[in-house]
Amino acid sequence: MPHQVMGEALDVRRAGSYFVLSLTAPGISEDARPGQFVTVAIGGLESSMLLRRAFAIHRVQSRGVYGGTLEIAVSPHGLGSRWLTERRRHDQLSIVGPLGKPFSIPSRRVSCVLVGGGYGSAPLFMLAEHLRDNGCRVDVLIGASTEEKLFGVLDLKRLSSSITVTTEDGSSGETGRVTDRLAELIDRSSADIVYACGPMGMLSAISAITAKRRVFTQCSVEESMACGIGVCMTCVLPVIGDDGVTRMVRSCVEGPTMRGDRVRWADVGTIPADAWGAAEAP
Amino acid sequence: MTRAIIGYGGTDRGPVGARADMTTDLAGIELPSPILTASGCAASGKELDAYFDITAIGGVITKSIMLKPRAGRATPRMAETPSGMLNSIGLQGPGIEAFIEEDLAWLESRGARTIVSIAGETVDEYGKLAQKLRNVGGFEALEVNISCPNVDDRGLVFACNPDSAAAVIQAVRRNSDGRTPIFAKLSPDVTSIVEIAESVVRAGAAGVTLINTLLGMVIDTGTMRPALAGLTGGLSGPAIRPVAVRCIFQVRQAFPSLPIIGAGGVRTGNDALEFLLAGASAVSVGTSIFNDPSAPMRIHDELARLVAERGFARVSDIVGHAHRERDAIVTEAQADPVESPEGAPASDPDDELSAWDFVRE
Ligand SMILES: Cc1cc2nc3c(=O)[nH]c(=O)nc-3n(C[C@H](O)[C@H](O)[C@H](O)COP(=O)(O)OP(=O)(O)OC[C@H]3O[C@@H](n4cnc5c(N)ncnc54)[C@H](O)[C@@H]3O)c2cc1C
Ligand SMILES: Cc1cc2nc3c(=O)[nH]c(=O)nc-3n(C[C@H](O)[C@H](O)[C@H](O)COP(=O)(O)O)c2cc1C
Ligand code: FES
Repeated sequence: MPHQVMGEALDVRRAGSYFVLSLTAPGISEDARPGQFVTVAIGGLESSMLLRRAFAIHRVQSRGVYGGTLEIAVSPHGLGSRWLTERRRHDQLSIVGPLGKPFSIPSRRVSCVLVGGGYGSAPLFMLAEHLRDNGCRVDVLIGASTEEKLFGVLDLKRLSSSITVTTEDGSSGETGRVTDRLAELIDRSSADIVYACGPMGMLSAISAITAKRRVFTQCSVEESMACGIGVCMTCVLPVIGDDGVTRMVRSCVEGPTMRGDRVRWADVGTIPADAWGAAEAP
Repeated sequence: MTRAIIGYGGTDRGPVGARADMTTDLAGIELPSPILTASGCAASGKELDAYFDITAIGGVITKSIMLKPRAGRATPRMAETPSGMLNSIGLQGPGIEAFIEEDLAWLESRGARTIVSIAGETVDEYGKLAQKLRNVGGFEALEVNISCPNVDDRGLVFACNPDSAAAVIQAVRRNSDGRTPIFAKLSPDVTSIVEIAESVVRAGAAGVTLINTLLGMVIDTGTMRPALAGLTGGLSGPAIRPVAVRCIFQVRQAFPSLPIIGAGGVRTGNDALEFLLAGASAVSVGTSIFNDPSAPMRIHDELARLVAERGFARVSDIVGHAHRERDAIVTEAQADPVESPEGAPASDPDDELSAWDFVRE
C-alpha cells in the first residue's frame, strides 16, 4: 500500500557525480521492498514543475532516531533533479511510495548476479541484503562511462561474494561495459538468476545475453512517468504476457521490475503491429 | 513531526473551521461534492482509492472508453511544460466490454458515483457505446469526449465543427435511456466555444464539460526533434486555467442555467472556487493528481472552507456569482446572450432569474 507523506531532508551528500538524499518517510520505509521506487514533488504547491520525479529506493531504515527513513541516489539531470540535490537539512519534501512491483526473490538458495549501470546500482543494495539473508550467493557487476559515475562500489563489495567493475574509459576496474563481462560471470558463478538495473540499452543487451544462456532475468526499467501511480498511461512499453499476447503495459505499476525475456526491447518506443489493441493495418 | 505544507502530505486534512454544505446538483444528479476527477487522470478510480476515499468526493469521470481495445500512441507520450504538461496517450484502453465488466463493476461495488466518458472515431461508434451502456446502469451520467478525430471527415476533430459535434450528441442521445444526463466535453481549440455549446445543447446535451486539453507541441532542443512520438499533444495543468475560466464564463453567460463541469488546471480549492464563480456547477481535477494523488480530497476540503469564509452556507449558492454584475469583461458581440435553443434548460425563466439576478443580501 503506497503512502503520501511529507518527509524531511536529513542529509544530502555527494557520492561521485551523484547526491545521496536521506529523508524521513514514515510508513514508506517500513513497507519498501527491493526494486520499488518513490516519487518526489519538486517544490511546493505553487511549483511550475508539476510532475513528480521517480527515484529507486536505495536504502531504508525503519527504526532509528528519526523513525522511518530512506535514501535515494540522485543524478543531477535536468531542473527537477538539480533542485533536489540543492535541498538542505530540515527542508520538507512531499514523497509518495513505495511504488511499483518489487524484484521477485527466489525461495531457494540460488546463485544471483546483480548488474547495475550508473545509478542503476542504487536499488541493488537492498536486493543484495535480502538475497544474502535468504542464503543466496550474490555476485555484483557494475559499470559506468567513467569512475565518477559508478555508484556504491565499496558498499556493494561488502554485500557480495565478488564484485566486477567496468568503466568505458578505463578510469576504474576493467575497460569496457558490463555486457562484456556478464557471460563469463554467469558461467563462473553458475548463476540461476540475473537482476539488472540501468539504462534501457544496457537492459536490452543483458536480456539478449541471458536469453542465450537461459538464465532467468529481471530488469528494472526506466520509462518517462507522469503520475507514477498507474492512472495516466504515459509509462507504457510492449511486454509479452503469459498468454503470448503483447500488451502496452504500465511500467509504474506492472514494473519497474520486469522479466527480461518478456520485454520487447527492440520495439520500445513503438506500438508493435501485433500488440493488443494496435490500430489495424490500413 | 514531518508535516509542514498543509495538505500536501496526503492525509492531512488541515485545520478545522466552518465548512459550506458541499451538496451539488448536477443536471439533476445529487453529488456530495462538486469535486470530480477528470477523465484520463484517474483511470477508473481504483488506484486513487489508496490515497483518499473516492466515495467522499463528488465522483469519478472515467478514462474515455472506446468500443474496442486500443493500444494508444507510441512513447514518449508526455512532456512537462511550464505549469503543465503535454500528453499524447491516444486513448489506450481495454474497450467497452472489459470496462463494463471490470472497471464499472468495481466502481459500483465500491459505492463511488461515476460519470462514464466515451470516445469514438465515427458518429456510429458513439451511438454503439451509448447502447452498450444503456442497460448496464451503475453510473450517473455520460460524458462524451468529442475531442477525437472524425475518420469520416478527414480526421477533423468532432469538437471543432458544430455539425459533427451535434451529430455525435444526437447519436448518443438516441441510443441512451433518455434519463441519464449527457455532458458534451468541448475543446477550447475553436473560434467560438459558445457556438459549439449551443449546437450540442440543441442536440440534446444536458450539460457541457469545459475544457479538454489545448493542442500543443514541444521540441527537444537536445535531440532537435519533437519531444513526443505523436508530435503534438494535449496541453493541461495550471497553464491552461485562465482559458478554462474564460470558456466557462462565456458559456455560462450565454446559457445561464446550463450545467457545466469545469476542467483545466485546478490545483487548489481557490482554483475550484474560481471555476464555480465563473459558472461551473462541478469541477474536475486532472493533471494536479499527478502532482498530488490526494488533490481531489484536499481541494474539496479547501473549497468547503473558502466558500464558508465568504459567507455562503452552500457551495451551490456561489455558482455563477462572478456574473452578478454585467461587467464588460468580454467583447460587446460576445456579451450578448445567445438565444437559448429550444428545449435547452436555459429556457426555464426561474432558472434564468436565479442565475442572473441573484444578489447576496
Ligand atoms: C522507476 C524509476 C526509477 C528511477 N530511479 C532513479 C534513481 O535512482 N536515480 C536517478 O538519478 N534517477 C532515477 N530515475 C530517473 C529520474 O526520474 C529522472 O532523471 C528525473 O525524473 C529527471 O528529472 P529532471 O527534472 O532532472 O529532468 P527533466 O528532463 O527536466 O524532466 C522532465 C520530465 O521528464 C521526466 N524524465 C526525464 N528523464 C527521465 C528519466 N530518465 N526517467 C523517467 N522520467 C524522466 C521527469 O520525471 C519530468 O517529468 C528513475 C526513473 C524511473 C522511472
Ligand atoms: C494524461 C491525460 C489523459 C487524458 N485523457 C483524457 C481522456 O481520455 N478523455 C478526456 O475527455 N479527457 C482526457 N484528458 C483531459 C482532461 O480530462 C482535462 O480535460 C484536461 O487535462 C484539463 O484539465 P487538467 O488541467 O485538470 O488536467 C486527459 C488529460 C491528461 C493529462
Ligand atoms: S506513470 Fe502514469 S500510468 Fe505509469
